[in-house]
Amino acid sequence: MPVNQTSSLVSPLISATNLTCIREERLLFDQLNIEINAGDIVQVEGPNGSGKTSLLRILAGLSQPFEGEVFFNNQLISQSREEFHQSLLYLGHLPGVKGEMSAVENLTFNLALHGTSDSSTDIEQILAEVNLTGFEDSLASHLSAGQHRRISLARLYKSTANIWILDEPFTAIDKQGVHALEQLFKAHIKQGGCVILTTHQDLLTFEPTQIKKITLDYINE
Amino acid sequence: MPTTNLSYRAVFSLVLKRDLIIAMRHKDDIINPLLFFVIVVTLFPLGIGPEAQTLSRIAPGIIWVAALLATLLSLDRLFKSDHDDGSLEQMLLSPHPVFILVLAKIIAHWLITGLPLIFIAPLLAVLLHLNEQSYGALMLTLLLGTPVLSLLGAIGVALTVGIKKGGILLSLLVLPLYIPVLIFATSAIDTAALGLPYSGQLAIIAALFFGSLTLAPFAVGAALKVSTN
Repeated sequence: MPVNQTSSLVSPLISATNLTCIREERLLFDQLNIEINAGDIVQVEGPNGSGKTSLLRILAGLSQPFEGEVFFNNQLISQSREEFHQSLLYLGHLPGVKGEMSAVENLTFNLALHGTSDSSTDIEQILAEVNLTGFEDSLASHLSAGQHRRISLARLYKSTANIWILDEPFTAIDKQGVHALEQLFKAHIKQGGCVILTTHQDLLTFEPTQIKKITLDYINE
Repeated sequence: MPTTNLSYRAVFSLVLKRDLIIAMRHKDDIINPLLFFVIVVTLFPLGIGPEAQTLSRIAPGIIWVAALLATLLSLDRLFKSDHDDGSLEQMLLSPHPVFILVLAKIIAHWLITGLPLIFIAPLLAVLLHLNEQSYGALMLTLLLGTPVLSLLGAIGVALTVGIKKGGILLSLLVLPLYIPVLIFATSAIDTAALGLPYSGQLAIIAALFFGSLTLAPFAVGAALKVSTN
């Protein structure tokens, strides 16, 4: 059933109540409450192994929390799987790029799988946005780690999803690439989307007050 | 923003085409199980002796056991590489129902590994002096039986895909499930050799086929969710 959060007027895009996560008998976080609205950019912080990836996977519905629930538009994500997945773009730390397929084929498949491609989609133009011009037909196995990451990030340029959950999106991306991504995030939250990401880098082009932070620390029992 | 919703059929062919393209560019996946099948079957006459009567007696068993092991050998690739490079979690997060994607992957697996076995089986049957009357039964049991091997095997792979060395566990899980197919297939071929009708055994294999075709994709989808948890 919908949970009415405190007197906020706008209902949160994605929210979580009482999240508890236990991995390898270690308590990573406990009773975590999260509320993310349209227009938010949220940075999940914490040292290595503090549960950042686990939190993102739980929010995306890939992992089950030990306790607690995740809501999308005030509905349990397990009960609104199709709508939730249509509004969700999750990129984990694995790029999801097949080495046996070319950059164009990878991107075409990824877009079609998530239902965001139509006949007007210009794949080569999107690849140009992520600086992969000239590599369109190279097999991904011949490309570098950063270029793999770029192929998977290219989906962001064509995304119709509101919720972007990005696990370390800047890994292996050069400085200019990071800058371009930050611009893309800005445009996205301006359009009423939200971005949830983990990164050890500072988001340079954002005002520090603009960024919501969720800090995870080791909890020692 | 316009989103085109792909029909089930379009999603199915999208994934099927992708897996076939990958297999075509990574030919090991097609050649290895086939080569294994041929080698195992050709070793038997060498080990047992070329006596036609003995060979034709055990031919159905040899061909079927070899087909079973060849399938088992190839199962690992079904979800492993997708799991390792992150495309599996992207599939689970797509708005399309998981069972469609899974079914497409299993059918692709059968086209890559099961179908070549069927094509080469008559040739190996000649080598083993299989009774002339049994060829029809051999082909029919393989045609109905090898998809069952892919479908049931997929459940095992889905359960073990998250485990680093799941190979032995996979055979322990999957081989017992293959036994009914083996029993009824070889029995059908033996019955055909005697000139008797074998439609009963064939019907049971067909039942196994349709049962696993309709139920296995759901089981695989659920198992994959557990494995990626």
